[in-house]
Amino acid sequence: MTAITHHTPDALLAAYAAGSLPQAYALVVAAHISLCLDCRAGYEAHLSGGGAVLETVKPEAISEGLKSNVLDLLDAPVAPEPIYRRTGVYPGPVIAALKGNPPKWKSLGLGVRQSILSADQNGSARLLYIPPGQTVPDHSHNGLELTLVLQGSFSDTTGRFGIGDLEIGDQDLEHAPAADPGAPCICLAATDAPLRFSSLVPRLLQPLFRI
Amino acid sequence: TTQVSPQTTWMLAVRDSRDRAAFAALFDHFAPRLKGFIMRSGTGSGQAEEIVQEVMLTVWRKAAQFDPTRAQVSSWVYQIARNRQIDVIRKENRPMPEELAEDLAGASGAEPDASQILAVEQESSQLKQALSRLKPDQREIIERAYLGELSHQEISTQTGLPLGTIKSRIRLGLDRLRHELKELR
Ligand SMILES: [Zn+2]
Ligand SMILES: [Zn+2]
Repeated sequence: MTAITHHTPDALLAAYAAGSLPQAYALVVAAHISLCLDCRAGYEAHLSGGGAVLETVKPEAISEGLKSNVLDLLDAPVAPEPIYRRTGVYPGPVIAALKGNPPKWKSLGLGVRQSILSADQNGSARLLYIPPGQTVPDHSHNGLELTLVLQGSFSDTTGRFGIGDLEIGDQDLEHAPAADPGAPCICLAATDAPLRFSSLVPRLLQPLFRI
Repeated sequence: TTQVSPQTTWMLAVRDSRDRAAFAALFDHFAPRLKGFIMRSGTGSGQAEEIVQEVMLTVWRKAAQFDPTRAQVSSWVYQIARNRQIDVIRKENRPMPEELAEDLAGASGAEPDASQILAVEQESSQLKQALSRLKPDQREIIERAYLGELSHQEISTQTGLPLGTIKSRIRLGLDRLRHELKELR
C-alpha cells in the first residue's frame, strides 16, 4: 500500500472532534481516520483540546440522587451495540453506514456506479465505482466535496489520489476525475450541495445522482 | 507532573478491577464539569443531567477502551459527552473511526507504559495551562469550537492551542499499539 499523501485539514479534524461536521462529512473523516495514523493522532490531539475545555469550564451543582441513580444502574443489562469491522476495502464507519450489508450499486452509465449511503438537506454521502480509465463527467461544486479513495486511484487537474487519500473540492474546483488504469476506483464521496455538470449530456444524468 | 493523576488512577481501577469506589470518585470529579459543559451550549439543567448520567454509564461500560498512553481521562470523557449530545440533540449517531484497541485483549492486556502515561498527562496539563493563559476572547473562541458551536469554516487552522507535541505523543502511542497488534496476529 502506498503512503497516504492527501490528509484531512486540521480545521476539519477539529470540527469532527467537536462533532460539528454534517453527518456526510463526518463519515468521510471517520473513514479516513480509520486508515490514517497521522490524522488519528491529530483527531485525538483535538480531543485533548476538548478535554482541556471540559476540565476548565465552570462546574454546575448536580442534583441530589443523580449519583446513587448512576451507581444503581451500573449492573443494569444493556443491549450490545453492533460492532462494524472493516470488510474488504470498506473501513468500519462505511460498513456501519451500510449497516453491515454490501453496497447496493446503481448504474449511472458508462460503467460508473453509485451506492447512496445517506442523503438529506445537509448533504449526501455515497460510494462511487469508476472502471479503470473512465472519467466522471466534468463538474464543479456549489459547496464542499470530500472524496476518499478506498480502492484503485484517480487523477484530476490537482493531482493523483491513491488508497486512503482525501481530496477536498470547493466551489473553485472544476474537475473531471479519471480512474487510473488497473483496478476499478472505489471512492467514498460527500457533498453538501448538488454537483454542477459542465456539459449538457451529463447534466441529463444529474437526476440519477440524486444529489 | 511526576505522578499519575488521580483521575487516571481511578479510571485504570475501573477498567482493570471494575472498582466502584474509584468510579464514584470519577463521578464526583466529572459530573459537575460535564453538567457545566453541556449547559454552556444552551441545554437545560434537567436534560443536561440526563446526558451526564448516560455519559458516566458509558464511562463504566466502555472502560476497556480507555488507553492512558494515548488519552487523558478528560479527552476520553469529552468524546463520549459530544457523542451523547449529538445523539440526544440531533438524533444522529456520529460516525466513529474504527477502534484500533479492540483487537487487544482490552487495552488492559498490554503492559502499561508508565513513562508514556506520564508524558501524555504532562502534555495535557500543559494544554490546560495554555488554555487558562489565553486572553478571554481567544479562549471563548476555543471553548465555542470544542463545544461544537463553530463550523469548520469558522475554525481557523490556528486554534491557538499547542497541539503539536501532544499529537506526536499520541502518534507514539498509536505506533506502539499498531506494533502490538501485529505481534498478536
Ligand atoms: Zn490522514
Ligand atoms: Zn467533484
